[in-house]
Amino acid sequence: MHYRLAAAALLLFASSASARDLIVEAGPNAQERLQLALLDAQPGDTVRIGAGRFELTDGLSLDVDGVTIRGAGPDQTVLSFANQLGAGEGLLVTSDDVVLRDFAVEDSKGDGIKSKAADRIVYHNVRVEWTGGPSATNGAYGVYPVESSDVLVDRVVVRGASDAGIYVGQSENIIVRNSTVEYNVAGIEIENSRHADVFGNVATHNTGGILVFDLPNLPRGNGGDVRVFDNRIVANDTPNFAPAGNIVATVPVGTGVLVMANDNVHVFDNELAENGTANVMVTSYREDYVDAEYDPLPRRVVIRDNRHGRTGFAPGIPGGEALAAALGGALPPVLWDGVGPAASLRLEDAVPALSMGLTPGAPLTQADPRPVDLSGGVDAPEPPAVRLPEAMEAAAR
Amino acid sequence: MRLANRLALLVMLAAAPVAIAGAVRQAAPVNDAAITEDALPPRLSDYGFFADLSARTPASGVHPYDLNTPLFSDYSVKQRYVYVPAGTAARYDAEAAFEFPVGSALIKTFGYGEGAAYRPIETRLLLRRASGWVALPYVWNAEGTDAELRRAGTRVPIAFTDPSGQERRISYSVPNVNQCKDCHNLGGAITPIGPKARNLNDGAQLQRWHAAGVLDRAPKDAPRLARWDDPEASLDSRATAYLEVNCAHCHNARGSASNSGLFLDWRQPDAAARGIGKHPAAAGRGSGGRMVVIDPGAPEESILLFRMASTEPGVAMPELGRATSHDEALAMLTRWIAMMPERGQSQ
Repeated sequence: MHYRLAAAALLLFASSASARDLIVEAGPNAQERLQLALLDAQPGDTVRIGAGRFELTDGLSLDVDGVTIRGAGPDQTVLSFANQLGAGEGLLVTSDDVVLRDFAVEDSKGDGIKSKAADRIVYHNVRVEWTGGPSATNGAYGVYPVESSDVLVDRVVVRGASDAGIYVGQSENIIVRNSTVEYNVAGIEIENSRHADVFGNVATHNTGGILVFDLPNLPRGNGGDVRVFDNRIVANDTPNFAPAGNIVATVPVGTGVLVMANDNVHVFDNELAENGTANVMVTSYREDYVDAEYDPLPRRVVIRDNRHGRTGFAPGIPGGEALAAALGGALPPVLWDGVGPAASLRLEDAVPALSMGLTPGAPLTQADPRPVDLSGGVDAPEPPAVRLPEAMEAAAR
Repeated sequence: MRLANRLALLVMLAAAPVAIAGAVRQAAPVNDAAITEDALPPRLSDYGFFADLSARTPASGVHPYDLNTPLFSDYSVKQRYVYVPAGTAARYDAEAAFEFPVGSALIKTFGYGEGAAYRPIETRLLLRRASGWVALPYVWNAEGTDAELRRAGTRVPIAFTDPSGQERRISYSVPNVNQCKDCHNLGGAITPIGPKARNLNDGAQLQRWHAAGVLDRAPKDAPRLARWDDPEASLDSRATAYLEVNCAHCHNARGSASNSGLFLDWRQPDAAARGIGKHPAAAGRGSGGRMVVIDPGAPEESILLFRMASTEPGVAMPELGRATSHDEALAMLTRWIAMMPERGQSQ
């Protein structure tokens, strides 16, 4: 066997199917030893990755339910994919009840860590980073759970993703908390998902801080019931470095929160400041599409009790500078593209809002901006707090 | 074979010098227990699929077969065999992969060179056990006498000459067991990809399977997929066949790329799902700065071709098993997209 089994656990294993530790230390042939441990792990086992740097040449993958992958800390255990030759991500998880904690993934060629159809997954104290800083050649997503129920992302750090640092897509029952996202195109993105709580995070130096999107032509749409609260979303000022074609390539630099074509999104109690375009932007989906089920409009968006610092001073939208000058030097903290009924939004913060006065599908260059009063809009009840199974919370302690 | 006997055989094989190992003949029939039991046989020879492993002469009951359009795997030359236990047969299905009985095996050897110069690199097995299909990769030794199980995969440096005469040097990737599952995943279960009526049906092969007792029946009206390189076939049918075989095992509603919304199965009716004018969901730098998967009339604006032409991980599609670009197929698909009516003109 190429990796060690913890001795005590091995004795236990001889008598019963008790949980074991499969120990993998840094050193030569890390690729095969680590992958073999991920193949040999059984439900309840922990693959314990020692401190050090693991130079990997291919993607790693886990497909066993109930396995924990645990490193010695996100600065101690580093899985480096700088020399990766194959696979679309650094680590791929396709099984349920998996816990990923205390390690880092660096410089993967595609996504950092992807989990697909992996229910009740926990990401805790994990770092994903492209160490060369923002670049269009960086991988797309740092942490990428998709098509899953019950997702917990807690104390995760992502830097340098050319799409979204933390991206949860086509999933339900999601908590993203206590995490730091910086120098990504999008810091945190919740897409085509239902029931998400995003709180206690710091999103800074991204192009856009926190995005809530619904996109057409995907198997799972109708995203909504999202709460974005108690986050620090400041100084998102990294020029957009996403390759064209990606939806986030259209996000203006200096965006705090961006809600697009989503339903029942509540943005409250956040600290929003130093975002050059807007602290909060609400828009429709403006690309062409054929999807009878899809609603391109934002619905039931509530913005309240946020603390707005300086914003709108360096608009990243076409004609933004002239517009800011006309408005006395800065855009207001809240921008709305103006598509759909104003009553679908409710702005309770005591700050002005600007409608871009766009028609459906029109590019921003055709804007007809004017101040808008959104204080009397929809009074949608706040979605209930997302609760995850206690075992997931326990795994994140 | 009983476990004790198998162990004894293993010990003998292990003790035999490499020079004569190549001469070991496996006159015995296929080792059914190796296929069905829970253990993971360490060597390809443990199964007895080949009467002469060095020459890769199949044992009795092991039948070679071909596909109309094969999966492209770095220009490797593949040898495919099917085995079903005596007295059983796979159940014909017009659409899905055939339902194989427990104890069946699909055997695929990847190698380079033709005829006597053929060098096997790896043999992938799909074993039908009571619990479902199991996928295992075996890597051949340098002498070409046997192959050993490498569950974690490996890389093998390969130099070869492609059909255009170009020398290529690649790091050939043998997939790990999970990566086998990645492509063979259908609704969460490992499922064969190749043995479907449409891709086996060349006018005679299904009948051969039936005559050999491998398949329970071989309807005359079985669907038929084009050969991607058949100059007689329409460009549309060739392109559809190529995408079905090379992409649709992941890019279908129940496959590993189900979340992409890009579904390239041969009978996919939805133009957007087929990529026409479709914006990518999670392409990242795989978009190559292009806006849609297929831009009719504009191959140079189509993400599909950008990702197929790339060999960079994170960009390249398929994600696994390709370190070279399939230039001939790219040329065919480029013509196909170029000839599509431009959007707006088609309706």
